[in-house]
Amino acid sequence: MFGRLSLSAIPYDKPIIMGAAGGSVLLGLVILALITYYGKWTYLWKEWLTSLDHKKIGIMYIVLALVMLLRGFSDAVMMRSQQAIAAGASLGYLPPGHFNQIFSAHGTIMIVFMAMPFLVGLMNIAIPQQIGARDVAFPFMNSVSFWLTAAGAMLVMVSLGVGEFSKAGWSGYAPLTEKNYSPGTGVDYWLWAFQIAGIGSLLSGINFLVTILKMRAPGMTLMRMPLFTWTTLFTNVLMIWAFPVLTVALALTTLDRYLGMHFFSNTLGGNLMMYVNLFWIWGHPEVYIVILPAFGVFSEVVATFSGKRLFGYRSLVYATGAITVLSFAVWLHHFFTMGAGPDVNIAFGIATMMIAIPTGVKIFNWLFTMYRGRIRFKLPMYWTLGFMVTFAVGGMTGVLLSLPPADFVLHNSLFLVAHFHNVLIPGALFGFLAGYTYWFPKAVGFRLEETWGRRAFWCWVIGFYLAFMPLYLLGFMGMPRRMEHYVNSAWQPYLIIAAGGTAVILAGIVFLMIQLAVSIRRREANRDMTGDPWDGRTLEWATASPPAEYNFANIPVVHDIDAFADLKETGMAYRPPDRYHDIRMPKSTGKGFILGVLAFTLGFALIWYIWWLALLSGLGLLIILIARSFQEDLHVTISAAEVERIENEHYRQLKSAAETERPHEPGKHRKGKK
Amino acid sequence: MNTEAATIDSAYVREAPHPDTAAIQALGFWIYLMSDLVLFAAIFATYAVLRGNYAGGPSGRELFDLPYTVVETMLLLFSSSSCGLGMLAAYRGRKNPVLIWFGVTFLLGLGFIFMEINEFHTMIVAGNGPARSGFLSAFFTLVGSHGAHVCAGLLWMAVMIGQMTAKGLTPPVRSRLMRLSMFWHFLDIVWVGVFTIVYLMGSI
Amino acid sequence: MERILPIDDSGAGQGSLRSYLTGFILSVLLSLIAFGTVMTGRVSAPAASAIVIFAAVVQVLVHLRFFLHLNASSAWRWNVLALIFTGVIMFLFVGGTLWIMFHLNQRLM
Repeated sequence: MFGRLSLSAIPYDKPIIMGAAGGSVLLGLVILALITYYGKWTYLWKEWLTSLDHKKIGIMYIVLALVMLLRGFSDAVMMRSQQAIAAGASLGYLPPGHFNQIFSAHGTIMIVFMAMPFLVGLMNIAIPQQIGARDVAFPFMNSVSFWLTAAGAMLVMVSLGVGEFSKAGWSGYAPLTEKNYSPGTGVDYWLWAFQIAGIGSLLSGINFLVTILKMRAPGMTLMRMPLFTWTTLFTNVLMIWAFPVLTVALALTTLDRYLGMHFFSNTLGGNLMMYVNLFWIWGHPEVYIVILPAFGVFSEVVATFSGKRLFGYRSLVYATGAITVLSFAVWLHHFFTMGAGPDVNIAFGIATMMIAIPTGVKIFNWLFTMYRGRIRFKLPMYWTLGFMVTFAVGGMTGVLLSLPPADFVLHNSLFLVAHFHNVLIPGALFGFLAGYTYWFPKAVGFRLEETWGRRAFWCWVIGFYLAFMPLYLLGFMGMPRRMEHYVNSAWQPYLIIAAGGTAVILAGIVFLMIQLAVSIRRREANRDMTGDPWDGRTLEWATASPPAEYNFANIPVVHDIDAFADLKETGMAYRPPDRYHDIRMPKSTGKGFILGVLAFTLGFALIWYIWWLALLSGLGLLIILIARSFQEDLHVTISAAEVERIENEHYRQLKSAAETERPHEPGKHRKGKK
Repeated sequence: MNTEAATIDSAYVREAPHPDTAAIQALGFWIYLMSDLVLFAAIFATYAVLRGNYAGGPSGRELFDLPYTVVETMLLLFSSSSCGLGMLAAYRGRKNPVLIWFGVTFLLGLGFIFMEINEFHTMIVAGNGPARSGFLSAFFTLVGSHGAHVCAGLLWMAVMIGQMTAKGLTPPVRSRLMRLSMFWHFLDIVWVGVFTIVYLMGSI
Repeated sequence: MERILPIDDSGAGQGSLRSYLTGFILSVLLSLIAFGTVMTGRVSAPAASAIVIFAAVVQVLVHLRFFLHLNASSAWRWNVLALIFTGVIMFLFVGGTLWIMFHLNQRLM
C-alpha cells in the first residue's frame, strides 16, 4: 500500500536531523498559521499561486531561491564547523553518512534550487519589460516551469525528515549511485528532484528563447537589445541544448536502479565512465548557465551607474556567443584524471584556456565603461565591484586548473572547491544579489535599504575571502574535498579560519534578511514613484513600479541601443499616447500549481515504490494537460477605459514625484550626481 | 515633467500588433524538437559506447530480424505520408479528410508499436531483456525511447481526433495539428537513425 | 482552385501532394537500398557501412525537405539556424564522447 515507506523512514535516532526537520516543519506550520490568521488564503491563491504574470512568477522564483539559499547555507555551516573540529582524535559531531548527505544536499540545492531559480526569476522579472513586450511567449508553460522547480525543491526538503538524501555528491557518480551500493532512498530523492527541476528549466529555456526571438518591440533589432537580454538569450540556448543530456544521464541511472539495467553498473557490460562523460557534457554548460545572467546584470549595472552607454557592445555580444559555443567543448576538464590520456586531455585543456579569453574581454569592457563615467556608488555597484576583483582570482585559478598536469595534483582537492566557489559566489551569487537589489524597486515598488545592504555586502566579501582563501592553501597542502574527518592536524588552523569566514558570511545573510525586513517596514519612505529609481537606460524603467499587469499600455518603438535613455534624451519619455486600446492578457489558472503538486506526488511515489500513487499522479498530469488543451477561455480583456484609468494614475504619481524634492532619487536633472 | 502637454510622437509608440500565436507556437515546438534531438543523440552516443558489451549474452546479429524491421520502417513511412495528406486537407479546412487521414496515421503507428512490443516481448521471454547486458540495456532504451515518443504521439493524435470532432478545425486546433505533424515527421527521422545505427550497423 | 488557409502568417511552406509523394518514394527507395545492402550480405563490411550511412543521411535530408518543407527562406530562418546549431552541438558531444570513450577503453582495458 505504501511501497517501502513506513514509520521507520523517519530518522528518530538522529537528533540533529530530527532537530532540523522538526524546525522546518514548525516554521512551515507557523507560516501557514499566519496566512490563516490574516485571512490571506484567497489572496494568495488568486494573486500568486494561479498567476500567469511573469512578474509575479519571477518574484516567486526569487523567494524560492532565497529560502533554498538558507537551507543550502546551513549545510555549509555544518560542514565548516565539522571540519574545524574533526582533526586527529576528535571525530566531530557529524558521522560520515550524515556528512555525505550534507555535502550532496549542499551542492544540489545551491546549483539546482538556489542559482537556477534565482536567475530564472530575474529573467522573468526583467526580460519582457526590457524588450517592450507584455508577457513571455508561453505564459502557462512559465507557471508550470516554476511549479515543477518548486516540486523538486519540496522533494529535497522532505528528504530531510522522511528517508534520507543521497550520499553520492551533487554529481552522483556511478557506480556509487547504483542500487547495490546505495540501496536506500537517498539517490532516488536526488534523481527525481533533479529530473523534475530539470524539465522545468528546459521549458523555461524554450520559453525565453522564443520570447526574445519573436516578441521584441518594433525597431528593437538584435543588436539594439539590452545586454541582459543578450546574455539571457545565450543562457537559454545553453539550457535548451545542454539539459537533455542531463535528462539522459539521470534517466539511465534511474533505469539501472529501477529496472536492473547495466548502463553504469560495474558488471555485465556497464561503463561507469559514460555516466561521468554524460553528466559533465551537461555540467559544464550548466556553470555557464549560472554565470551568464550574472554577467548580464553586471553589464546593466555598470552602464546605469556610470551614466554611460556600455563600452564595446558588439564585443560583449560576440564574447558571450563565443563562451556559449565553447562551453560545449570543454567538459572533459572535469575528469582530466580519469584516464583518457594526454591527447584528449591537451585538446580539452586548450579549449578550456580559450574560454577565459571572452570573459576577460567582458571585464575590460566593463572597466572601460566605468572609465570617465559619472559613477554612483549605489548598492548594485558594490556587488559589481566586489565581483570584478574577487571573480578575477577565481577565473585565474580556473586557468591554472585547465592545465592537465596541474589538475592531476589538484583534482578533487580543496583547491578545486575554492576555485569553483570563487567563481560561483562572487560571480553568480553577487550578480544575482546585484540584480535583486537593482530590480527590486521595479518588482515591488520601493527600494531596498542601502545601509544594511552595504553591511551585508562587506560581510559577504570579507567572509568569502576568509572562508575560501585558506582552501586554496589546503589544496596545495594536499587536503582532498568532502572529508568529514582527517588526521593531518596541520590542516586544522586553516579550516578554523574558513569556519570563521563562514560565520562572517552568516552575518551577511542575516543582514540581507534584516535589509528586507527594514525595507518593507520603511517602504513608504523608499517608494519608487517614477518607475525609474536609478536613472536607467533600458525599457523596463519606462514602466511603473510595480508595472501594470500588461507592462506597456502601448508598445514602444525602438530607435537605438539603450531605448529608454534614448526616449529620455529625445524628450519622449513619460508622454501619454493619443489613445488607449483594449489589452488581452492570459487568464490565471490553478493548473500550473496542480501540475506541480502532481509532479511532487509522482516523484515521492516513485522514490518509495508506491506504484498506485505514481500511476495516479502520472494520469493526473496527463488529464490536466489534455483538459487545458480543450480550454477556450484562456484570456481576459482589460478594456481601454481601464487601461486609461491605470495609466492616468501612473501619470498622476509621476507628476507628484516631479514636484517632491527627493535627494535619493536621481532624476534627469540629477544625472551623474550623487 | 509636463504631462498635460504633448502626447508621444507616433514614431515612438505603436498599438500592439496581433501576435502570430501559431507561428510562435510552431517555433517553440521546433526548439523543443531540437532539444529532443539532443536527447536522442545522447542515447545514441550511449548505445555506440555500449554496443559491444554483450557480457556473454547475444549480440545484435543474433537477435535482429531485418525483414521484420523493414515492415516496421514501411509502417512509419506510410504513416508519415498519411499524416502529410492529413495536413494538406487541414490547410484546405476540410475536416472529414483530416479525420480520416489522421485515423489512418494512428492505425499505422499503432501497428508499428504492436510490432515493437512483440519484438521486445520475444527477446525478454528468451532471457534477453534489458537487464541482461550493457548492450541490451542500450538497445532497449534507445529503441524503447523512440517507441515511447511514438506512443506519446499516438495519444496526442487520439486527443486531436477527439478535439476535431468536438470543435472542428478552429485556428488553435489547426495549430496543434501542425505541431503534431512536425512531431510525427521528426520521429520518422529518428527512426531512420535507429534502423541504420542499431539494426543495420549491428547486422553488418 | 481551393482556398488555402495558412495556419500561421510566417509564410513557411505548406507542402503539396507532389512533395509528399516524392518524399515517400525517395524514402522507400533509400530504405530498401540500405536494408538490401545488408540483407544480401554480399557487400564488404566497410562498403556496406558507408552505403547505409550515406543512405540514412540522404533520407534525413529528404524528410526535412519533402515532409517538413524546410528550405532556406526567411520564414524558416530561426528553424534552420537552430537545426544547424543542434548539428554542431551533436557533433561536438557525440564525437567527443566516442573519442574520449575509445581512448579510455584503450588505456584502461
